[in-house]
Amino acid sequence: MATRAPGRPLHGPDPATPDRSVGAASVIPGFGLTMGLTIAWLSLIVLIPLSSIFLRAAGMGWADFVAAGFSPRAIAAYKVSFGTALIAALVNALFGLLTAWVLVRYDFPGRRIVGALVDLPFALPAAVAGIALTAIYAGNGWVGQYLEPLGFKVAYTPVGITVALIFIGLPFVVRSVEPVLADLSAEVEEAALSLGARPWQVFARVILPAILPALLTGFALAFARGVGEYGSVIFIAGNMPFTSEIAPLLIVTQLEQYDYAAATAIAAVMLIASFALLLAINLVQAWSRRRVDG
Amino acid sequence: MTQRRNAAIAALSLAFTALAGCSADGDSKGATVELLNVSYDPTRELYTAINPKFAAKWKAETGQTVRITMSHGGSGKQARAVIDGLDADVATLALAYDVDEIAARSDALTTPWQTRLANNSAPYTSTIVFLVRSGNPKGIRDWGDLVKPGVQVITPNPKTSGGARWNFLAAWAYGRQASGSDAGAEDYVQRLFAHVPVLDSGARGATTTFVERGIGDVLLAWENEAFLAQKELGKGRFDIVVPSISILAEPTVAVLDGNAKRHGTTEVAEAYLKYLYTPEAQDIIGRNHYRPNNPAAAAKYATQFPQLKLVTIDEDFGGWQAAQKRFFADGGIFDRIFAKTKR
Amino acid sequence: MTARPATSGAARFALIALAIGFLALFLLLPLVAVFAEALAKGFGAYAAAIAEPDALAAIRLTLLVAAIAVPLNIVFGIAAAWAIAKFDFPGKTVLTSFIDLPFSVSPVVAGLIYVLLFGAHGWFGPWLRVHDIQIIFAVPGIVLATVFVTFPFVARELIPLMSEQGRDDEEAALSLGASGFQTFWRVTLPNIRWGLLYGVLLCNARAMGEFGAVSVVSGHLRGQTNTMPLHVEILYNEYNFVAAFAVASLLALLALVTLILKSIVEWRFDYQRGGAGH
Repeated sequence: MATRAPGRPLHGPDPATPDRSVGAASVIPGFGLTMGLTIAWLSLIVLIPLSSIFLRAAGMGWADFVAAGFSPRAIAAYKVSFGTALIAALVNALFGLLTAWVLVRYDFPGRRIVGALVDLPFALPAAVAGIALTAIYAGNGWVGQYLEPLGFKVAYTPVGITVALIFIGLPFVVRSVEPVLADLSAEVEEAALSLGARPWQVFARVILPAILPALLTGFALAFARGVGEYGSVIFIAGNMPFTSEIAPLLIVTQLEQYDYAAATAIAAVMLIASFALLLAINLVQAWSRRRVDG
Repeated sequence: MTQRRNAAIAALSLAFTALAGCSADGDSKGATVELLNVSYDPTRELYTAINPKFAAKWKAETGQTVRITMSHGGSGKQARAVIDGLDADVATLALAYDVDEIAARSDALTTPWQTRLANNSAPYTSTIVFLVRSGNPKGIRDWGDLVKPGVQVITPNPKTSGGARWNFLAAWAYGRQASGSDAGAEDYVQRLFAHVPVLDSGARGATTTFVERGIGDVLLAWENEAFLAQKELGKGRFDIVVPSISILAEPTVAVLDGNAKRHGTTEVAEAYLKYLYTPEAQDIIGRNHYRPNNPAAAAKYATQFPQLKLVTIDEDFGGWQAAQKRFFADGGIFDRIFAKTKR
Repeated sequence: MTARPATSGAARFALIALAIGFLALFLLLPLVAVFAEALAKGFGAYAAAIAEPDALAAIRLTLLVAAIAVPLNIVFGIAAAWAIAKFDFPGKTVLTSFIDLPFSVSPVVAGLIYVLLFGAHGWFGPWLRVHDIQIIFAVPGIVLATVFVTFPFVARELIPLMSEQGRDDEEAALSLGASGFQTFWRVTLPNIRWGLLYGVLLCNARAMGEFGAVSVVSGHLRGQTNTMPLHVEILYNEYNFVAAFAVASLLALLALVTLILKSIVEWRFDYQRGGAGH
């Protein structure tokens, strides 16, 4: 069993590990109480409110739903949201893996600080990150002033959105990969090396397969978070329909022009996408559990 | 242990009480009365100046203390909040359409509302001008210069910002005048929006983009915003350019009678809006770069406000209901323009 | 990738430099920018911005919201973890997925659902209006939206921890005659305290920093329904950039304190585990 450091707060391997099947006849009390509380609270805060989206959307009729939820502008917004989130998640998969590798494998001055810094996006409010990133990457900002003359615009373009999503998503990858990497035994690698494998072969054949499920989980989490992200993106995105307008912003925009139906339809589409992503994450985890157990 | 447990239970019940117990002080018969004014983005400074003056006057007349709470945001967003149940007593929004929507979609306001106060319920007017960088490096004199190669124009999103809708219609008026046809106007506006790199959701966001982030060569702005930006944000950094033609912007105010009746604040809310028409308030309005109705205040601040040809929403666009439907509703001209320019 | 198990000095240095460079550019720079912008006009302007009444009201509201939302989610998190980790029942995976849901729901949607429920035209809107109860555009709505977005933090931290610890300790205590509550208080809680603290820290950070969901339900009433992140936006829109970044820097400080506490918890956690396990 992997050491579960608290640094992996969001999605550890699924807790439903059936390794201790005691059966329902447990002596431990409080099942009814805690289960009742859980179900009640879950229903009140999450399930009933979320169902309001679907009920509203269902009340629209299919044709209206498609017209509102898949208008050209909405489709463009999904493309922006999913596209930038995908690129950001890929960048995070690469650099998150690198960061996790460096943190686990090397000892260097300031390692603890770097390790703590990785969690900054969990702790720093998204809106604060948004205005800070805008200040940095705008044409007159700290970094932007050097990029702009090169013809490379970040703020107010989809690139800016991607930058914000990289910020938001990085810890998901690092915190997913880190514990698995730490648990890898060095012996297999050493054996492979002693058998004449090149280091990159060791990485590709031994290390990568072992950490792949964790990497995929981190990637999917970063992606899921990025698709729905609003606070950090809104300041740095140019908000131009068809180019830099994200789907959550379109929901807000539709609300502000009193178009509740369109807002609800887009929200329903986003929700279904969230469900699908969550399902994918759980499948990856189930797959990795089977690999580990089997 | 029990002590700690009791503390936990106490904390929890406190939390639930806070959740359930809500601000239900609607009774105005006391010594203090609360007024909630839901307004659009650029009026922050204006009402910051007006509210204490009105409060002092109300206190002197009735002995009652009035506490005015402000909420600012894009005009459409604010109207939406009122429709969804933001319990405001007065709405002071960027355009009549948003107030119309409140009346149409909620019981907060009864119709007809626009005839209840003078000048179509607009205590002041304004218009749309250009803010350019100091020395006007791109040589922008009129609307035609905005679509020259290499010029970037900043304007907020007409779907969400009241100011942006005035911007759009002013541009349309120029296009129609220059070309003589609606087709020509649409062509001009389409070319104009091809020069827009950022579409903020409110007037304030657009100004920030232009001023602080240094994006764009021209900001299409409320006249009052342009003055404010010039005065507050960087003396000598910006120039105001007055185009040949623009639109008479009439931000409208209304007592949300449905809400006010429930709160028992009708009287003070009506007095508050009437106060906006008094010479004292009109002077504050002029000082904040809005065009006052009152002749004395208008004369006093006349040098600020250049004369230019102004079209009006009612005469040139058939009123807000028609204009909204034609230009800004889903599938309207604005959507069409974007669908064409961006693909 | 050129990563290797026994890396040569140069490659190792390059990898460390690359990772640190990436983190500095994407994570550290924004943090530094917040403080640099906040102090751009000196400490006097900074202090004045924070002492301003509306800023203080926003700070108070943020603390109040967190003080309600976090304990509620602690209670829920412990209950959910207890039910899920200590018992076997069908549908466990589904239940866990539902608890995770708020992580992947856009904050804007989180705000929207409460508008659909409690707005004037929502399911409960007319009833609430008749009884003069304000939920949306008032503190209760902000609390609800915050509870939603912070919903999974504590539960998600405790569930893996408690299932890993199993139920032997609890069963032993119960067999020795301890009551259920005593067992929880004396046996389970000490076992999970670091994990719990860790979840609470993250939950609290998110509760105080949430923007999107709260923005939809706030109504932006000055001095009444503006939380700190919303107040940052308002100041930003008033061209008051120093003040905006000053309030933002308070939130950034909160983030730093969270990170420091988190590191301490992690250290204790490792220490505890190291002592017990390996």
